Amino acid sequence: MQNISMRRLLAGAALTILPFGAMAADLEVTHWWTSGGEAAAVQELARIFEEQTGHSWVDGAIAGSGSTARPIMVSRIIGGDPMGATQFNHGLQAQELVEAGLMQDLTEVAEANGWRDSINPVSLLDACTFEGRVYCAPLNIHSPQWMWTSLAAFEKAGVEPATNWEELKAAAPALREAGILPLAQGMQGWQTALLLYAMISGIGGADFYNQVFAERNEDALNSDTLKNIFAEYAIARDLASGGNLSDWNMATNRIIEGTAAAQVMGDWAQGEFALAGKTAGTDYGCHIGLGGEPVIATGGDAIYFPVNDDEAMTEAQRALAQVILSEEAQVAFNAAKGSLPVRGDIDLAEVNECTQAGLETLKAGNTIPTIDLVMSSDSRGQIEDLTAEFFGSSLGAEDAHARFVQIVQSEM
Amino acid sequence: MAHSGPPIRLFQNWPAKLAATPMILTALVVFIGCSLWTVVYSFTNSRLLPRLDFVGLAQYERLWSTPRWQVSIENLAIYGVLSLVLTLAIGFLLAVLLDQKIRFEDGFRTIILFPYALSFIVTGVVWQWILNPDFGLQHIIRGMGFSGFTFDPLNNPDLVILALLAAGIWQGAGLTTVIMLAGLRGIDEDVWKASRVDGIPAWKTYLFIILPMMKPVFATCIVLISAGIIKLYDLVVALTRGGPGIASEVPAKYVYDYMFGNQNLGQGFAASTMMLAAVLAIIVPFAIFRMGRKRHV
Repeated sequence: MQNISMRRLLAGAALTILPFGAMAADLEVTHWWTSGGEAAAVQELARIFEEQTGHSWVDGAIAGSGSTARPIMVSRIIGGDPMGATQFNHGLQAQELVEAGLMQDLTEVAEANGWRDSINPVSLLDACTFEGRVYCAPLNIHSPQWMWTSLAAFEKAGVEPATNWEELKAAAPALREAGILPLAQGMQGWQTALLLYAMISGIGGADFYNQVFAERNEDALNSDTLKNIFAEYAIARDLASGGNLSDWNMATNRIIEGTAAAQVMGDWAQGEFALAGKTAGTDYGCHIGLGGEPVIATGGDAIYFPVNDDEAMTEAQRALAQVILSEEAQVAFNAAKGSLPVRGDIDLAEVNECTQAGLETLKAGNTIPTIDLVMSSDSRGQIEDLTAEFFGSSLGAEDAHARFVQIVQSEM
Repeated sequence: MAHSGPPIRLFQNWPAKLAATPMILTALVVFIGCSLWTVVYSFTNSRLLPRLDFVGLAQYERLWSTPRWQVSIENLAIYGVLSLVLTLAIGFLLAVLLDQKIRFEDGFRTIILFPYALSFIVTGVVWQWILNPDFGLQHIIRGMGFSGFTFDPLNNPDLVILALLAAGIWQGAGLTTVIMLAGLRGIDEDVWKASRVDGIPAWKTYLFIILPMMKPVFATCIVLISAGIIKLYDLVVALTRGGPGIASEVPAKYVYDYMFGNQNLGQGFAASTMMLAAVLAIIVPFAIFRMGRKRHV
């Protein structure tokens, strides 16, 4: 027994850059994973971290969504009361904190463990990299470009289940006739914006999406393609009218009940289907990019480590960064959460057809950057306000398009 | 002022002044100091962290061209005027009714004041249930046989402000009632006796004699209600989250969302400076008016 633990200790010492001599530290980790599946995933990660490193995981879950939790996290870091580690989404959310030198440099850990070779797509690591140094550990991949359909709802209306946006539009009158809401859409800004982004990538395609958001190309912004997408977006508003939904899981619930036909939502919706005991393919359908161009954005979560002056704490932070990218943690965490692993060299056993489709799209390299990667929180907030206003009023598609272009062009 | 004569005025009554020092410092540093800091930084392009990179009036130009801010101001104006008038009217009416030496007055007073003991968050959630079309008011009335009845203000952009108003008044009217009742009880009995001798009907006495006598009570109520209107935020978050769409957004929510959610401090500061300006525009003339009157007396 003593032998094994001795070997473990040596292995640990060999893996970490700093000598593994200091005391075990209590590492507080803040995050907003509070739903059933998410909490289970966090427990897996905490268990592996404690087993492998001997440090302790102090859970700092903040209830509410990211928009509730992020301000609390940021103000704690800026206010000089940093936690041991914290969740942010991949992208620009924490960039200013990195620029201000408030985040731990993980370059040595990343190089020692070959992150650049194992992380797929490598853009996730680039999102963590600032001026050649690595500042965060990517944990999982979530993609928002999915259309979920209720097969029971289409059956009740006597039409073939829609597999893409055009078919959903065609089925809409029959669905309305049967008292079924064609499109379940939560009226919160981030959800209405999610639908718009999914339409831009699904109808316009990956290149078009990049031209609009990453390059902010004037021709693309004023193209007929984008005008047409806004016209389709106005149709989506008609299909969703009468739904009176606000939270996304309430909308997902309408799909589960079969009282609504389709919802455009991220792959986290699968957690709700799983909790309700529904099976992909027989109860619900999933269509990447609204059944149009099958591209997914590789968003998700990354863990950042605020700078602190306690050496034991710093060591624990490096140890956690290493655990996050370990095969064991990647498999256990992502299987529980329903997200995709960030490493291209491991396989998730027994995934359902929707997750499989996501993995294949990822393997094929059909990816686009998430909106967090290409737009600042400020511009994103304005787009969310615009889309929320659009859905809650009778604002014309042309006016919405004009204002959208203005917001994107004013991005610094 | 001669130094050898009376003691220096600064040191007169010094224990009281010493005791007031912490409050004076708090007011200077926290209220005035931080307000000035906010105003200065509203002219910069600070994003997540405050930065002294001046951009002139750009934040204000953007603020006033943003539809969401315009909707917020409009909502606050509608909510403010209606809430002020209705709270005062309902408060006074309830106070008059309670003043009729009725039985169980204590009980009624408690019931009327009770909503005030609830936070806005609880109030918001309670009204969300009441107004929910699937199991609230609409459901109950439809269950009574009126199947065509539709009442769904939370999902109607035109009516949602009325839902906010109903919840706000439900919560706030109790306090106004109690203050007004105290005011009514402070009226000299002789006034009533005189009006009765003259044969003036009770409603006329209330309207033309008692009401003008209660000016200070009304002033107190107006200040309390106005403060509640300007800082309206938590009720909106709990009841509607600004929706449907942006139909029930208010300025305080704009400030919070831009400062923390959208990581644009400059924009949030510009919006909060506008709120400060609005408050000052009401308070400064009022204060000058009060001070001017005192001097004449």
